[in-house]
Amino acid sequence: MNESTDVILMGEDIAAAGGPWKTSDGLLDKFGPERVIDTPIAEMGFMGMALGAACTGLRPVVEIMFVEFLGVAIDQLSTEAAKFRYLSGGELSVPLVVRATTGAGLGFGAQHSQTLESWFYSTPGLKLAVVSNPQSAYGLLRSAINDDNPVVILEPRSLFANRDELIRGEEGFVPLGKSKIITEGNDVTIVGLGSTVESIKEASKKIGASSEVVDLLTLIPWDKETIVDSVKKTGRLVTVEENPYSGGWGSEIISYVTSKCYKELKAPPFRITAPDTHIPFNEALEKRYLPSVEYIEDSINKYVETNEVPQAWWEERRV
Amino acid sequence: MSNSPKDRRALIKEDPVEQLKRMIEIREFEDICFNLFAEGLIRGTTHLCNGQEAVAVGIASSLEVTDYVMCTYRGHGHALALGMTPETVLSEIMGKAGGSMNGLGGSMHLSDLSIGLLPTSAIVGAGIPIATGVAKSAQYKKTGAVAVSIFGDGATNIGAFHEGLNIAKVLNLPTIFICENNLYGEYSPLASTTSVLDLATRANSYDMRNYIVDGQEVEEVIKTVQEAATFARNGEGPTFIEMKTYRYSGHSRSDPATYRPDGELEAWMERDPIELLNKHLVSKKLLNDGDKDKIIDETREILDKVKEKVANSEEPNEDYLFQNIYSE
Repeated sequence: MNESTDVILMGEDIAAAGGPWKTSDGLLDKFGPERVIDTPIAEMGFMGMALGAACTGLRPVVEIMFVEFLGVAIDQLSTEAAKFRYLSGGELSVPLVVRATTGAGLGFGAQHSQTLESWFYSTPGLKLAVVSNPQSAYGLLRSAINDDNPVVILEPRSLFANRDELIRGEEGFVPLGKSKIITEGNDVTIVGLGSTVESIKEASKKIGASSEVVDLLTLIPWDKETIVDSVKKTGRLVTVEENPYSGGWGSEIISYVTSKCYKELKAPPFRITAPDTHIPFNEALEKRYLPSVEYIEDSINKYVETNEVPQAWWEERRV
Repeated sequence: MSNSPKDRRALIKEDPVEQLKRMIEIREFEDICFNLFAEGLIRGTTHLCNGQEAVAVGIASSLEVTDYVMCTYRGHGHALALGMTPETVLSEIMGKAGGSMNGLGGSMHLSDLSIGLLPTSAIVGAGIPIATGVAKSAQYKKTGAVAVSIFGDGATNIGAFHEGLNIAKVLNLPTIFICENNLYGEYSPLASTTSVLDLATRANSYDMRNYIVDGQEVEEVIKTVQEAATFARNGEGPTFIEMKTYRYSGHSRSDPATYRPDGELEAWMERDPIELLNKHLVSKKLLNDGDKDKIIDETREILDKVKEKVANSEEPNEDYLFQNIYSE
């Protein structure tokens, strides 16, 4: 916002109250109400407003308090913003950033705990990235604001308390469309996104095999090259997802990688996910719902040992 | 005289004879579309605006070319009124490479930034909140531009309408909301779906200035839109205008409009916007009796040539499929 007066912020309680998650604390005082705008509780309305502003010279950054609230704004995001350049015959660009908080683990219940990447990834025209730590929160956002396309950035709330040294400025930018290899290894490629990145880092330290841990970072467009190269080396692929099994992002990755690396595979690619249920409020059940570090560790150990996909803990439960 | 969209726009600005000509162009253009559909030369769907020409030409005559318009997918008339050429519009409707979206948009997606026509959304009411953001840009950058959102009566029942009006009022944005009330939301008469028949009253919920205008009288349309634009440019915020009008055809190509009560169409045709304007012009001696028929003949001749040219023009190639998904 210091660098360009075209950048404006919009969202519920982001100005006077400093943001429901305090991510815009102090910005109203610094930049004024023309640039830091408290919107009505009307996501469809202010998403449309952000699109209109984006295609006529501003670079709005919209905050969505809980990703579920995008449900009432999805027309403006997927049917309008994602297609506006196309519908203008290439005359317009839509430099729009939408930040939304996601994920379970904090007791927000069934309607405030989902990750919902899958709402977006069959929509060409959008970009979609997921934050995994303070640096990627900063770096993805900076890249998104500089991008001339509508970019959705999902921010897992369970990471909001994490603190780390931050590299600011261009050095700290995290490019859209590039994944990051966190640790190199030879036996298994483990891909995480958002909140599961921390879990797989921790699990990989305890896994017997040599694991290559990858933070996917961007889902649209995802970094096919890095993942394919890694799987060609390791011969094994695990995706670790916070979302329910059906329709999760790992299906997309595994489908592509399998068709590109079939002959190099030593074992069938494997998805660790939550079950196809709603997200429970009860603390113990919510923990059970999410793939824990121990569960990830145990599942991957079995997978590498047997070259078979171990059964998910919930697989025989009927819903 | 060049035939650029900007020049075509300038032509109608303060010239009622040119306004009449443009209204006739729109009427004849829609008849051509109707016939091309019947012949199977236009695919998909179209939404014709015969009967509503005074609204389109009145709005276009009242705005500056630097203002922005979000319009509905009943948009052929608005596009032509704002300045797009019949050739470009018909090319788009026929899916030809010469269209504004190189034929990848079709009837419901006309746009031309050179005259402020933003992409037309085929989702009822979607343009309403978008116009508030366009107005926000204008307000923030102090460009003096006005954002106009044009929508039908059916759109006043969708959430985007209410959210958009509220936002525009709260932020005092330079926006004009124009409702073309043609009495039917798709196939359903207004009273069967909507709690009020004077839709302008809905603006009262948002403490927004509002007007009901006879949308068949182009002068009335111009007077009111100009007034609203002046309010917007002076920092006096949004205005809601309800244009009482009527579409002579059904909702879309598949609708013969058999749901209309006997005599309703005829009653509205008694107040045909082209006839009304022609009468005024003759009474003011700006036109002679018979001039209008000559204009109609000339327009038909021109549009027939356009039709032939477009029908034989190039189709978009496969490369277009991969363009304009993302900005580089």
